[in-house]
Amino acid sequence: MNLTVNGVTHEVESPLLTPLLDVLREELGITGPKAGCHQGGCGACTVLVDGEPVVSCIQLARQVQHREVTTVEGLARGGELDDLQAAFVRNGAAQCGFCTPGMVVAAEGLLLRNPSAGEPDVREALAGNLCRCTGYNKIVDAVLEVGAARGGGS
Amino acid sequence: MAVANLASDAATEILTPGSESEAIEAFGDGTDVVVVGGGTIVVPEMSYRRLSPAKALMLKGAALDGITKDGSRVTIGATTAIEELVDLPAPIGPCAANIADREIRGAATIGGNLCAGEGYEAPRGDLQGAFIAVGATVRSAGEGGIEEEPLEDFLPKRRGRLLLDISYDEPAAGAFAGLDRPHTHDYTALAVAGAKNADGTIRLAATGAGSHGQRLPSAERGDADAALDDVTPRDDALASAWYRAKVLPVLVRRVLTDLEGAS
Repeated sequence: MNLTVNGVTHEVESPLLTPLLDVLREELGITGPKAGCHQGGCGACTVLVDGEPVVSCIQLARQVQHREVTTVEGLARGGELDDLQAAFVRNGAAQCGFCTPGMVVAAEGLLLRNPSAGEPDVREALAGNLCRCTGYNKIVDAVLEVGAARGGGS
Repeated sequence: MAVANLASDAATEILTPGSESEAIEAFGDGTDVVVVGGGTIVVPEMSYRRLSPAKALMLKGAALDGITKDGSRVTIGATTAIEELVDLPAPIGPCAANIADREIRGAATIGGNLCAGEGYEAPRGDLQGAFIAVGATVRSAGEGGIEEEPLEDFLPKRRGRLLLDISYDEPAAGAFAGLDRPHTHDYTALAVAGAKNADGTIRLAATGAGSHGQRLPSAERGDADAALDDVTPRDDALASAWYRAKVLPVLVRRVLTDLEGAS
């Protein structure tokens, strides 16, 4: 089975019913998506599939084999953080950092479909991503900042 | 935590039908078949080794998705994502929007939601009540071939059936009232859906008042308290039977009031 992740197509040998998250982390060594709960409850493993955020622990890799998977590693361009990642840094929107890759990717999914998302949209879009350090406000601020910049330019 | 590395596929046969007829054939009478739609319920079960399917039927490639409209008749394929339902008129749209979060709704299917058995902590099947309220009929395959029947007849025996699609006539008005969920990933503790037909008759149904969605015929003439004649709320991890019994008439009243004001 082939799997395209961050623009690179990999041949995958994991068992047929392996969740996407485990293929990414255990076989391909792509460790941005975090294994928090393994049952779709925490959002730490969120990735984009054709631009739509999905929780990779409750998808089988073979369900997405002909689609484009993007992890947090795929957002940076040429070694530079993208605007959303930079905004997370600028706003101090990470504490322990475990939820951060999922937060960034879920927020990226929101801004792809709605660049001028307002605060209720951001909170709704991140509702499935848990931050146990409870640093939600700075995360929301970071996403809103980028939304204002991207939405304002369109 | 590499839980899913334990997921063995040595004994698993993967079935990947490309059409409805292939899906029906692959499902057969359903013996030993685990249907994988969006995967949101089944995949964690496999990761935690509570489920190791002999046959996994991957339904998403079987062209069973999509919403079609023929006049006022709406037909929704089994693998249509719940997110696709969010913009439909009440009671379906608001009910769908009250399910989990965007990530889950984008993957989870209507078929999985309607057919899921009870969870460990509470009943599942948030959409059941809303589709009972609009008088939906389902088409399913399994032993004895394809059958078409009202959703409320299908639900008690859904375990051995493969849901193909669900259809209903769009009501003149619809309404939905549910308890707020403590967290976005909780199942609905209790919700009431209602639909008003062009002739003014009303259908009501509840989700969370029993092991699956149930119609509330006694309350359909306007007596909200009579809803308790139709269901016997239970205790579970989400809410007590006492609380549900207190709140059910409140939700029914809200739905009836909405329907009254709707036309």
